[in-house]
Amino acid sequence: MTATAFKEKKAGTPFDVKKVREDFPILHQEVRGKPLVYLDNAATSQKPRAVIETVKRYYEEDNANIHRGVHLLSERATDRYEEARRTVQGFINAKESKEIIFVRGATEGINLVGQSYGRANFKPGDEIVITAMEHHANIVPWQMVCQQTGAVLRVVPMTDEGELVLAEYKKLLNDRTKFVSIVHVSNALGTVNPIRAMIGLAHERKIPVLIDAAQSVPHRAIDVQSLDCEFLVFSGHKVYGPTGIGVLYGKSNFLEKMPPYQGGGDMIRTVSFEKTTYAEPPCKFEAGTPHIAGAIGLGAACDYIRHVGLEAIGAYEDELLEYATGVLSKVPQLRVIGTAREKAAVISFVLDDIHPHDIGTILDQEGIAIRTGHHCAMPVMERLGISATARASFAFYNTKEEIDTLVEGLKKVREVFRV
Amino acid sequence: MSELTDLYQEVILDHNRQPRNFHKMEGANHHAEGFNPLCGDRCTVYLKLDDDVIGDISFEGSGCAISKASSSIMTTAVKGKRVADVDKLFATFHDLVTGKSDASKVSNEDLGKLQVFSGVSEFPARVKCASLAWHTLKAALEDKADAISTENEGEKT
Repeated sequence: MTATAFKEKKAGTPFDVKKVREDFPILHQEVRGKPLVYLDNAATSQKPRAVIETVKRYYEEDNANIHRGVHLLSERATDRYEEARRTVQGFINAKESKEIIFVRGATEGINLVGQSYGRANFKPGDEIVITAMEHHANIVPWQMVCQQTGAVLRVVPMTDEGELVLAEYKKLLNDRTKFVSIVHVSNALGTVNPIRAMIGLAHERKIPVLIDAAQSVPHRAIDVQSLDCEFLVFSGHKVYGPTGIGVLYGKSNFLEKMPPYQGGGDMIRTVSFEKTTYAEPPCKFEAGTPHIAGAIGLGAACDYIRHVGLEAIGAYEDELLEYATGVLSKVPQLRVIGTAREKAAVISFVLDDIHPHDIGTILDQEGIAIRTGHHCAMPVMERLGISATARASFAFYNTKEEIDTLVEGLKKVREVFRV
Repeated sequence: MSELTDLYQEVILDHNRQPRNFHKMEGANHHAEGFNPLCGDRCTVYLKLDDDVIGDISFEGSGCAISKASSSIMTTAVKGKRVADVDKLFATFHDLVTGKSDASKVSNEDLGKLQVFSGVSEFPARVKCASLAWHTLKAALEDKADAISTENEGEKT
């Protein structure tokens, strides 16, 4: 653990963003001759030195395949991989470490549940409930399962402000509803959905719930036991860890009954040409050699975040969001898309009739990285009657000065387009 | 700022604000739909082909300034041209925006007003925006039924 920030942080002391920025080597560079202003954190977050060094150290000192070698390196790699699982378990407060399945990312986690739980349990006419603000990753896997099983997708509508209509959600739940899969924080709008209440309503009818927590895990403390959801997924790279690693949390009584997702090595107990018996979770769902370094790196990321403190992170990011919303709203002809009462540090906007893609190109010349487009949420764009937005998304290493730079950059956009 | 002003030249901004031949065409004998999956740009090109001459052309769609202006300028550039000449023009244009040809060496005669897109070559991510309309035109000429996509459009190499 090499985090420099908050070693002596006491409650109530202001967030020392300068200190925390020292932990992220990538931030200290110029792009296109300007200091990098990285505001694309909802796409992927940057990595603290603690994560980079942990991965490097693993490859330099411990690299071996896991769960099979009798030699020392294999033992060490296995220990570190399983230790990472326990770290993640603690990070989201799962009851047991076997409830943590390492996958490639949130997308694979949802596909796993769809193909394993969904295909085994859904029948023609059964209904799966998702919401109008899902990322494509929480739409397409369910459409595939629907095609395979004859189940039907039902969608909770949202308001023009980007809030789910809970009354409609209640109406959608019925005896045919066999599954609910909802996003915690919208990547396109920043809306924080009332998942606790939504899980409760589904449970009244004994309907299992999956939470897509890809955008929430980096910003607020998640407690899966307290939420009581059956499944929860998130991606390592959005939570300051490596790409190519993610987590599926599943309640053990569900995971135990589910058929395997992929077949191969490490997920079996015995194999013969006549009959194969499967290992218990989590191995049952981790066929083949996993992303060992990624999992260990993700463990380091969880440790790092805990060290900085999710409460402090959340409070500081709320401050950034409030500041950015204030100054951006003053930019002439700028319209914030997504004005829910509960929001995470994501601001989607449109500027006059300038296409977001053009905004992105001009800001890039100023060293400012934002995301432009439909954010893999085309139904959200369609619902709001727009084709794309520009999106600034913040992490706890961003500063108010960077938000000022963004505002200056938008002035340049208006200059180029003469509006 | 100079690269930006090269990209967003006045002519491009003008065609973005007031695209020419921007309407659905009644009685078109060819049309095709183009789509840029990365940014969601859409473009439909309508043609009236008289033998091998483009008698009339129009387009509809939504997209960024580069894609809209490129569609608009393309329609003004190819109207009245023979199909074989359009193919050549596209090849020259494609070389220009991908930086495969030196803009200064391409004569105005070859490209005419398409020359304003020379700045695109400095922005590899925007090549798809500039070439969407042309790929769609080509699909319309070949009567491709499925919407074409710029997914495999090569970036500057």
